[in-house]
Amino acid sequence: MKVPILKQGNLLIASIQSALSDDDLTELREELTRMVGEKRAKGVIIEVATLDVIDSFATRTLRSIAHMARLRGADTVIVGIRPEVAFSMVQLGLSLAGIHTALDLDDGMELLRKLRERPES
Amino acid sequence: MGIAVRTKNAVKKSPLVELQGELVGFFRRNRERLRKAWIEQMTGKGYLAALTMEETESESKAIYDMVIDTLETGDYAAAGAYANTLAERGVLRGMTTEQIISGLLVLRDVYGRNLFESYRHDREKLTSALDIYEPVANRILSIAALAFLEEREKVVRDQQEAIRELSTPVLQIRDKLLILPIIGLIDSTRARQLTEQLLNAIRDKRAKVVVIDITGVPVVDSKVASHLIQTADAVAVMGGTAIFTGVSPGIAQTVVTLGIDLTKLKTVGDLEGGIEEADRMLGFKVQPTF
Repeated sequence: MKVPILKQGNLLIASIQSALSDDDLTELREELTRMVGEKRAKGVIIEVATLDVIDSFATRTLRSIAHMARLRGADTVIVGIRPEVAFSMVQLGLSLAGIHTALDLDDGMELLRKLRERPES
Repeated sequence: MGIAVRTKNAVKKSPLVELQGELVGFFRRNRERLRKAWIEQMTGKGYLAALTMEETESESKAIYDMVIDTLETGDYAAAGAYANTLAERGVLRGMTTEQIISGLLVLRDVYGRNLFESYRHDREKLTSALDIYEPVANRILSIAALAFLEEREKVVRDQQEAIRELSTPVLQIRDKLLILPIIGLIDSTRARQLTEQLLNAIRDKRAKVVVIDITGVPVVDSKVASHLIQTADAVAVMGGTAIFTGVSPGIAQTVVTLGIDLTKLKTVGDLEGGIEEADRMLGFKVQPTF
């Protein structure tokens, strides 16, 4: 398993260390979806600060991770997108609309906390 | 019995190579005289007005020597590198491009005239000397002129870059809150540059909200609108929110008339309102102290 996934309380933190192939990304998605159920996590943080490229496949995979996590009762926050990467994604029209993002781990955890405090509609 | 004795003149240089050596020697021996003649002519034409005495002395020596060294070695690459170093020192920045090129041409003429003087009694030798000298001088001096011109262009480019950065400062007014007042026209280069600056500032200052004021932007057409939307999207990807303020009545009218869809953007009337909204989002409350 290329991406280490740590558990902290009821959070799962996946820390991407190096460029991931399409297969690695798919494996990450499967692993996270499984662990959300197994560890009964309420939040998932995916840390992407080491990525200098986020292409359309990666974007789709991140989106589907968030959707699957949501279906199993957890919110997802992508943290640490680099300025150049953010800019490229926007220029290429890759949308992370509907997915939470934050600057770093602290902000990400803060955001998850706020999301959980919101009254369920 | 047949011991071969090598005489001094056993290896004879070709006459052209010998003449070239003679020229180099001549120019080196007469360096001060020729260099001063060069300076005198340039002063007469007012080329050196922007330089001090010391600068004139040291620069003229460096260039004179460079030309003669290249005449001797034929190493144009070294001449080019040396010319670049001279140009980077920027001593000649006070001179206009025309003055620099004209000054170098005067040097070429000074060398040429003196060749003529020296060999005027020997027609054949003069022709050979000029055959050697002219192509070399022309090539070296055009290399030198190009080096100075390129340096000049680089300075202008650097200045333009500096002006561009100045005109879009990203200011932090509170914890997590940045403002970006944009003044002037936005083209795609500028839009890209200010978005980069903004995203880097968000990361460096860990900002959550950015208030982008466009009071000073005279024209908002559909291209500018798409730049602004891209900027807002990029800020969102980094986990922040962009609030736009300063949409003048004129711009509001144009936007509506052109059918530009700015509904994606969060807009507030003026800067004050924008900052208030940002405060609200960040959980700040500004209270007067008595």
